[in-house]
Amino acid sequence: MNIKEKAIKSFFMENPVTGLLLGLCPTLATTTSAENGIGMGLATTFVLLSSNVVVSLLRNVIPNRVRIPAYIVVIATFVTIVDMSMQATLYQLHKTLGLFIPLIVVNCIILGRAEAFASKNTVWHSFLDGLFMGLGFTFSLFILGSVREILGSGAWLGIRLIPESWNTILVFVLAPGAFLSLGFILIGMERLSRLFERGK
Amino acid sequence: MEAKNLLIMDSSPLGLAGESTRKIMYSVVLSLLPALGVSFWMFGWAAVRVVVLTSLFCIALEALIAKFFNSKIDYLDGSALVTGILLAMNLPSNAPWWLLLIGSIVAIIIGKQVFGGLGQNIFNPALVARVFLLISFPLQMTSWPVPGQFDGTTGATPLGILKTEGVGAIAKLKTADLALGYVGGSLGEISALALLIGAAYLFYKKYITWEIPVSFIGTVFVFTAIFYWINPQQYASPVFHLFSGGLFLGALYMATDMVTSPISGRAKLIFGFGCGFFTALIRLFGSYPEGVSFAILFMNAFVPLLDRYFPEKKFGMQS
Repeated sequence: MNIKEKAIKSFFMENPVTGLLLGLCPTLATTTSAENGIGMGLATTFVLLSSNVVVSLLRNVIPNRVRIPAYIVVIATFVTIVDMSMQATLYQLHKTLGLFIPLIVVNCIILGRAEAFASKNTVWHSFLDGLFMGLGFTFSLFILGSVREILGSGAWLGIRLIPESWNTILVFVLAPGAFLSLGFILIGMERLSRLFERGK
Repeated sequence: MEAKNLLIMDSSPLGLAGESTRKIMYSVVLSLLPALGVSFWMFGWAAVRVVVLTSLFCIALEALIAKFFNSKIDYLDGSALVTGILLAMNLPSNAPWWLLLIGSIVAIIIGKQVFGGLGQNIFNPALVARVFLLISFPLQMTSWPVPGQFDGTTGATPLGILKTEGVGAIAKLKTADLALGYVGGSLGEISALALLIGAAYLFYKKYITWEIPVSFIGTVFVFTAIFYWINPQQYASPVFHLFSGGLFLGALYMATDMVTSPISGRAKLIFGFGCGFFTALIRLFGSYPEGVSFAILFMNAFVPLLDRYFPEKKFGMQS
């Protein structure tokens, strides 16, 4: 497997959010700022990476008929670890993301990668797949969070970009703004993916 | 000698009424003139500025899209102008220029062109822009200049007063003032009478039919009358609800938009009933004082469904 090609693929063509349209619930709900987007993305990356490795290790042990419950148990274990360690170290971020941290357990990206990739491939490849897919997810959450934070609060990563007295477009912090920005980002990513495919 | 081709082979419609998008759109502009006149009279040059700026922005944006994305768009067909004027009628006359620009961008790009342009949009572009601005800039969108005073005095609309201060506060407002437009509000919501005069022209030209306005306004009247009858201490009279807010603007010009309203008569009646029901519901129990725009956008989403379940009876079709 070509690592560079895999990286480009998971950032653009097969990006979980903008390419495969998976995991849209946390994507839309948690990206009120770029920081929240990165936090959510990295938490998901950790779970994705670890569960991919463990599922790949156990791929010859888990009976085919009970594989989904088995995957869920593995994923839930890592989600609990992330949930508790974030509560201990990043309390403020944990409070903002709230319910969406425990909900990583039902994120379809993770179950999807376990079912479609980790259960059929070696540990090293599953590790790379989890890493790049997770980073691709973080990347699109970061972009969406940046757009919404800049337009909705006039700041980026907590740094104010426009004077306090100026008006910001409040709707971008709210739910409709998430859908609108995601739609326009999808258009942009589609164009970019086509450029990469043509360049190949 | 070549035989003259007298038999024309073509699919229906074979009879043409001589109508075109341009003709209809500019007729709508013409019919909006009385209401615009009243708002110019009440708010002065500030109102002229709002109308001119939104119209220019909308046409310019459509021209830009025609140049860079789809050259088939006829940006002077009047539809962008109508969107601009209708958007202006939804705004306060003291709106800053950037508010007008953002509103125009939302109306033309998000409301209309991302769906594929004129005829493809699901939602009324001017209303999409109004709701976007109302949610994004609540401060600018709810300080309404008082008509006839040109010193920048602002106040709430009658519906806003009703929502915050209760029925007692609106008792001193005269129905005649409400109908003629001598109250605070956006450019287009103030004079019900001028809107009716303009709409009469559209009825005469058969560009709008009676079903949607009648069922829309009738539903609001009946719904509010029921609650007024139950408890007049808590709920305002149906006449007040009829003449305040954007009910006439919405029922006559927004809900009857050809693109975003259903085709058959029965579907139009249901569409109008839905608009009226949700308008009254939001006005009486919602957190926003005015519900016309939300109600129309909500019912816009049901138009494909209504068109499917209540298709127009085709000529010669067995019922």
